[in-house]
Amino acid sequence: MSRRRHSDENDGGQPHKRRKTSDANETEDHLESLICKVGEKSACSLESNLEGLAGVLEADLPNYKSKILRLLCTVARLLPEKLTIYTTLVGLLNARNYNFGGEFVEAMIRQLKESLKSNNYNEAVYLVRRDWYVYAFLSSLPWVGKELYEKKDAEMDRIFASTENYLKRRQKTHVPMLQVWTAEKPHPQEEYLDCLWAQIQKLKKDRWQERHILRPYLAFDSILCEALQHNLPPFTPPPHTEDSVYPMPRVIFRMFDYTDDPEGPVMPGSHSVERFVIEENLHCIIKSHWKERKTCAAQLVSYPGKNKIPLNYHIVEVIFAELFQLPAPPHIDVMYTTLLIELCKLQPGSLPQVLAQATEMLYMRLDTMNTTCVDRFINWFSHHLSNFQFRWSWEDWSDCLTQDPESPKPKFVREVLEKCMRLSYHQRILDFVPPTFSALCPANPTCIYKYGDESSNSLPGHSVALCLAVAFKSKATNDEIFSILKDVPNPNQDDDDDEGFSFNPLKIEVFVQTLLHLAAKSFSHSFSALAKFHEVFKTLAESDEGKLHVLRVMFEVWRNHPQMIAVLVDKMIRTQIVDCAAVANWIFSSELSRDFTRLFVWEILHSTIRKMNKHVLKIQKELEEAKEKLARQHKRRSDDDDRSSDRKDGALEEQIERLQEKVESAQSEQKNLFLVIFQRFIMILTEHLVRCETDGTSVLTPWYKNCIERLQQIFLQHHQIIQQYMVTLENLLFTAELDPHILAVFQQFCALQA
Amino acid sequence: MRQRSRQNEQAPWAPYCQTQRRIHRICAFPVPPLLGLPRYTVEWRCPLPPLCTMSGGLLKALRSDSYVELSQYRDQHFRGDNEEQEKLLKKSCTLYVGNLSFYTTEEQIYELFSKSGDIKKIIMGLDKMKKTACGFCFVEYYSRADAENAMRYINGTRLDDRIIRTDWDAGFKEGRQYGRGRSGGQVRDEYRQDYDAGRGGYGKLAQNQ
Repeated sequence: MSRRRHSDENDGGQPHKRRKTSDANETEDHLESLICKVGEKSACSLESNLEGLAGVLEADLPNYKSKILRLLCTVARLLPEKLTIYTTLVGLLNARNYNFGGEFVEAMIRQLKESLKSNNYNEAVYLVRRDWYVYAFLSSLPWVGKELYEKKDAEMDRIFASTENYLKRRQKTHVPMLQVWTAEKPHPQEEYLDCLWAQIQKLKKDRWQERHILRPYLAFDSILCEALQHNLPPFTPPPHTEDSVYPMPRVIFRMFDYTDDPEGPVMPGSHSVERFVIEENLHCIIKSHWKERKTCAAQLVSYPGKNKIPLNYHIVEVIFAELFQLPAPPHIDVMYTTLLIELCKLQPGSLPQVLAQATEMLYMRLDTMNTTCVDRFINWFSHHLSNFQFRWSWEDWSDCLTQDPESPKPKFVREVLEKCMRLSYHQRILDFVPPTFSALCPANPTCIYKYGDESSNSLPGHSVALCLAVAFKSKATNDEIFSILKDVPNPNQDDDDDEGFSFNPLKIEVFVQTLLHLAAKSFSHSFSALAKFHEVFKTLAESDEGKLHVLRVMFEVWRNHPQMIAVLVDKMIRTQIVDCAAVANWIFSSELSRDFTRLFVWEILHSTIRKMNKHVLKIQKELEEAKEKLARQHKRRSDDDDRSSDRKDGALEEQIERLQEKVESAQSEQKNLFLVIFQRFIMILTEHLVRCETDGTSVLTPWYKNCIERLQQIFLQHHQIIQQYMVTLENLLFTAELDPHILAVFQQFCALQA
Repeated sequence: MRQRSRQNEQAPWAPYCQTQRRIHRICAFPVPPLLGLPRYTVEWRCPLPPLCTMSGGLLKALRSDSYVELSQYRDQHFRGDNEEQEKLLKKSCTLYVGNLSFYTTEEQIYELFSKSGDIKKIIMGLDKMKKTACGFCFVEYYSRADAENAMRYINGTRLDDRIIRTDWDAGFKEGRQYGRGRSGGQVRDEYRQDYDAGRGGYGKLAQNQ
């Protein structure tokens, strides 16, 4: 067919044949359009549209059967929110053409098998194997429970009983790690299967009366009853293989109930199956349209049945559910910010108020909110405000001003204001924040140069600093800088043994302070400085102590400007002035203890870990590519019998060996990084626990809650890598002698992986 | 749970219109179009039609990724033909960012664009004469995926209260950091008639009249 099309275009050939081909395409497009559009807003009733469409499709079956089959299978898979519309359509088609019905059933079973095999659990609907099958069973019940019970109640009771037993026996140690709030009030954060079970039990008690799902097939009851049925072929789920990947368990996020919108339609209860169905459908819409924010917003606000439910509340709740999902949101964080902005644009009279109400509620529950979720809340709120001229009624949050500054609410406001400043500038923050909040305003992000004023005359190295400053300004070379630094005495050394450049903290201090101060104007200036004097940096920071000291001095210079600290650390890692382990040690050092709970510190740590992970992946990929190249060369050799490629082989094999070493070295560095981090956490937490025990004070200080959740965050955010180290962690670090508070985090993580 | 109802309060986050120019026009300067396009075409993202009227139906819409598509703009100074330029644009990790305020700093741009991934480099656009910021920049990411997310979620949102626009760039070359307007800034600031406080007030032509 395509060949004919080309020859048509080239020689302007037989017009009637060309017309037929393009006609066929047109018809196929038209069919696709009809099938997709059914169920959308229309002048006629859904029932009459379905009847009409069934008639059209029946007429087209002789010529377009495979296309129609494919289309129907695809929409069933990709548009689950319109499931019942398509099942009705298929039912009607089956009544008119029994064979087609049979072929459809076979095609769907085939599709299900393929989805499961290729681990497309999200499309076949999710999770850890046994949990997943229970979920698949329970989640289908809102749609078909009534019919199943009417026809096969004995079997259903049996399945129900065994499901109940299974759910009772399940381990739920992992659940606290995935909860957004640690408090049970006002809404319990239930594990997803428990919630679904409760919803289905209620549905069963209500005799399967479910009012939300559209059931157009009820109108066609007489036709569908008369039609001949097909037997479902026996279905064996594919066995578990090593490659089988099951999505992680999750916790159901709830923040609203019917009391939050007293004037609107009633919000279905948390254990009602309607709630389940609405949430499922809204999540599906986001999953379908996450790349197209305007479409996504439009589809969300035009969700059918929106007059009977407080749709804006459901939308906001579902979006925050995804944004706060642990370990990670399904999509990139910034997508949710932009989606909410689009929704505010679409519904300016109603959605912003619900969003403001949600913000207020989240603020009020900060005390029990998981630290990772608070991070995301901070980032979302500050970014959102920056799109709306930072308009907010800060006075409503005056309660935080009288609290301990380390407690969650004032901490949250401080971090939000800091992020708002990064998106604007310092004076802007002072302008929109009420004077009562000035204590929570971020510092002016200025550079602190210790050799700057007259009082610094007495500081050791002061004269060298001045000398360096002159040198830098007159575009000195690395060598010239080295020679100036040679004269700096080493406070750590007693003898005059100054061979080479052993760790000399004073040298590092004068060099780093002066250079960073001169380059303070912008990020670009600082990056230029790092690049230009890379050689000096590398030499001064050769030892581990050197690396640590470079970071310490940089921090002293820029402690008012956390954003600058973050980008400098990033650049120093990328240009190998410092390594990842040095950054980890620096973060746990005493110099940073005052800022240990600040968000920027953890952003730096996680960014460092991510760089390490990406580095390992990159080299692994290079190795794979080299191996594939060699395999291809071997194959060509066996095909061509060419002797000269022996030489080429040699070079490639050498490269592979080198890459293999590189991979092993990188993997070892990666493992070491995690071990250092866990070790430091254990040390710092144990110190706190011991101190509290001896002082007789409560362990649960804000600092402790923050620290233990940061430890959890490491496990959750990098769980795939850490999995490889489970044995080492168990035997070396998280042993039975460890304080139970700390060990619990490790055990919860182990439960999550099981 | 009883909450203070905000129903009766004024919507805090309704869309607002900055007193800034809407960029809809094609440049008025008559330059012989090299590729059939005016010298500098600024395109604004049009609101998408509702899903049900999109041709090809919902399935095509489900595969759609329109924010990542190439715009109509092609760099007239590009060395190479349109095909070569398009090839580079389609695998580029560099974005052009336009409609910035002259006062927007590299730090602000870093903060915003870091939300879609790690930034490799930012190059501020400069007035050719004054060597000061003239309202545009280039943002280069380490990965294409991160740049695509910026096109999807940062393009068309606000920075420094202004709706900024991002577009694919074939890659920074020395010299491209300078405005190409006769007065040293960007071409669009030569001919615009409106007053824009964040971009030096009136357009250059209007200023000199």
